[in-house]
Amino acid sequence: MEIKLWINGKLTEDNIEPDTPLLEYVRSKGCLSVKRGCETSNCGLCTLWIDEKPVLSCTVLAARANGKHITTLEGLQEEAKEFGEFMAKEGADQCGYCNPGFIMNVLAMVRELKEFSDEDIKEYLVGNLCRCTGYMGQFRAVKAFLNYKRGGER
Amino acid sequence: MKIVNTSIMKKDAMALVTGKPVYTDDIAPKDCLVIKLLRSPHAHALIEEINTDIAKKVPGIHSIFTYKDVPNKRFTMAGQTYPEPSPYDRLILDQRVRYVGDVVAIVAGENEKVVEKAMKLIKVKYQVLEAILDFRKAKDNKILIHPEDNWKALCPVGADNKRNLCAHANDGDENIDKVFEECDVVLQNTYHTKANQQTPMETFRAYATMDMFGRLNVVSSTQIPFHVRRIVANALDISKSKVRVIKPRIGGGFGAKQTAIMEVYPAFVTYMTGRNSKLIFTREESQTASSPRHEMEVTIKIGATKDGIIKAIDLYTLSNTGAYGEHGPTTVGLSGHKAIPLYSKAKSYRFRYDVVYTNTMSAGAYRGYGATQGIFAMESIIDELAEKLGINPITLREKNMVREGDLMPAYYRETANSCALDRCLERAKAMIDWDNKYPRRDMGNGKVRGVGLGFSMQGSSISNVDVGSVAIKVSDDGFYNLMVGATDMGTGCDTVLSQIAAECLDCSVDNIIVHGVDTDTSPYDSGSYASSTTYLTGMAVVKTCEKLITKIKTLGAQYLNVDVEKVDFDGKKVFDLEDNKEISLKDIANKAMCNNNNTLYASESHSSKVSPPPYMVGIAEVEVDTETGKVDVINYKAVVDCGTVVNPALARVQTEGGIAQGIGMALYEDVVYTNKGSLQTHSFMQYKIPTRKDVGTIEVQFESSYEPTGPFGVKSIGEVVINTSSPAIANAVYNAVGVRIRELPITPEKVFMGMLEKK
Repeated sequence: MEIKLWINGKLTEDNIEPDTPLLEYVRSKGCLSVKRGCETSNCGLCTLWIDEKPVLSCTVLAARANGKHITTLEGLQEEAKEFGEFMAKEGADQCGYCNPGFIMNVLAMVRELKEFSDEDIKEYLVGNLCRCTGYMGQFRAVKAFLNYKRGGER
Repeated sequence: MKIVNTSIMKKDAMALVTGKPVYTDDIAPKDCLVIKLLRSPHAHALIEEINTDIAKKVPGIHSIFTYKDVPNKRFTMAGQTYPEPSPYDRLILDQRVRYVGDVVAIVAGENEKVVEKAMKLIKVKYQVLEAILDFRKAKDNKILIHPEDNWKALCPVGADNKRNLCAHANDGDENIDKVFEECDVVLQNTYHTKANQQTPMETFRAYATMDMFGRLNVVSSTQIPFHVRRIVANALDISKSKVRVIKPRIGGGFGAKQTAIMEVYPAFVTYMTGRNSKLIFTREESQTASSPRHEMEVTIKIGATKDGIIKAIDLYTLSNTGAYGEHGPTTVGLSGHKAIPLYSKAKSYRFRYDVVYTNTMSAGAYRGYGATQGIFAMESIIDELAEKLGINPITLREKNMVREGDLMPAYYRETANSCALDRCLERAKAMIDWDNKYPRRDMGNGKVRGVGLGFSMQGSSISNVDVGSVAIKVSDDGFYNLMVGATDMGTGCDTVLSQIAAECLDCSVDNIIVHGVDTDTSPYDSGSYASSTTYLTGMAVVKTCEKLITKIKTLGAQYLNVDVEKVDFDGKKVFDLEDNKEISLKDIANKAMCNNNNTLYASESHSSKVSPPPYMVGIAEVEVDTETGKVDVINYKAVVDCGTVVNPALARVQTEGGIAQGIGMALYEDVVYTNKGSLQTHSFMQYKIPTRKDVGTIEVQFESSYEPTGPFGVKSIGEVVINTSSPAIANAVYNAVGVRIRELPITPEKVFMGMLEKK
């Protein structure tokens, strides 16, 4: 089937198999930051944005993205670096395999929520699993990043 | 020290946080044959007939292999130094299938769809056999899981395939019963830990290619590249020189990737077809056909005087290795050797074990490697003994715990040369405010909070076995290439080893370029497991730097035209101690590339006669809902003695991660089979690992000691950090509501039923 969409701002037109998951489609287009950790929408690794909203691309058909704007970490390199530095300082980047999905969700959270408590942060990110860090380092990184975004120190 | 003990960022951090394509599937060639494995629906069966003719006709299918096509020479997939203690009990494909998920056929085609279509068209006729699913019934059962004649054990580990025994041993004091007779109090209980999945976020995966020299190249997400080379060569029955293994960035290991779960399949396909091939395990395959923690049942008998002096510890472990014996004979040893020595003052100990085959998936290495299971049992019974004696569990531990300078008879008679366990306990107790919180606080809303603690120890590398090696060369303008044979799993060993090198060479970490493992070019390293990298490979770095500095000084002195005894090296220049003569490293490096007989290159290995244990104290504060039995971890405080900390940020995160994994093991994680032996927990829907809302607040501190055999006083940290969670939480639950859980995980059902029974 024919689809037309924008991946990281670039218009793409394609003829795809109707059952192609969005995850596989964007990987085939070179967006290799998008990872699969499960096949059941449980781990958050495949998080990308459709029209700026985070979705789990392992269980979304590419066809559903027709006419829409897809964003992956490849399209947010500067922001990824900016936040990623906070993660790296904490040593919370670890194996790195869950980093892209996690960072996509953190950046979405920063756009979506205006005011948020520690519990709100955990709630927003609860779908992003990580097996290396025990989550504490990621949390410290998010807190430090938010503080910096509000004019605090880096 | 300038660089050791600083929290510098990992060298690959920016690639990892910006999502660069650095993992196996990201770098695999586009033209790979896609491989999938047809798996057995039966727990135990013989393949009577297998017909692949129709399946082979599916357009796009390249090859299908069955047991008829593979070498009939058994091997093990365990990533261990040769000769592996794990039995040679595997074939690439066997006529006998031994668990639900065992591989029946290898299917390779142009894409996933055609392969999946072909898999459905393979006709297999099975003779279904009776299976053994309960590991308590396996030993000397009339059903034999490995009756084959070419089954082979390379080491004397008490294995006997005609008894379903993968290993068996007796160790310690034969006259222990006499010591028990002298004790005022004797207590015996059995503790059951279940299989757990490591679940690294990146599933198992590898690809294979043939290079221009006709050699098989395997790129694999593995912790053990050098062992994979041997395993692949053994499986294919070809020369080891024909195989090259490369490890890219890997997405987590935790021991799962210390077994070559799946590398032999793409290796075999590429070897047979000449085509590039790749195999990416789904999460479901990673759950159903991998290498979870060994299920163990640990029975401890402990004897003490009425004032709380422990005199005898008798420990028996029954371990379930599943259908194959990977790591079976070795994990079990740690259940005793790393639990009993925590109380090394006991004058008598005995340790016995059996490791049995069953028709469940093969167990394997998982962080903690048997110590986790033994320590759950030991740290639980210590609390039970304290209660029986009417002594505070901390006081009982203070009376009996191992301290610096103590001989540890059950730990291969090693001495605790560096041990801050007593200081860890002191600090952890203060961090949690033990005296005000022990044993419980009723929160008044149907919820009760309790505190409980656990000790832990592990080793640092396998003594007299493991080898760590590195090579360093001086390149243009005086930068250093550090080549390591140890695998960075994300914990940062490439960076940590660079820190050690920079400290020794008196330069910045940026002046060290690090390269991960390629078996063709990296110096041999047994692999990243057994908590060995920073301790063992770190020492190889120190030795290599010493040798390299001598070479730099020799060449510098030659260029300065003075005697080598009269010069020194400060990291930037070689200078004459008496005159003002000097030559920069930059000039030495560049000069050395013309008319020089002294290569500025050094490579050293290191192996250790001892395996100094790191120690840890973990204290959990849990909240039990008395209406449902649900347990929430509120706070977890931990203090670790890993000797000198090389990179505090990385060590801290690794500790927090280990504790969180332990919380999963304690409360949720359970590998559950149906009564036919098929796995119920085959996805993240059913197998629940902790989320960020399940781990409470984890706080970690370090209490340093100085290990004389480690680089800059270093011991290990990778594994010790997972071991306290289960006993600390079990003890906290008991202290909260008086329910003693001796079988993990501690589910709400078990706690609630326990509370009902008490009423």
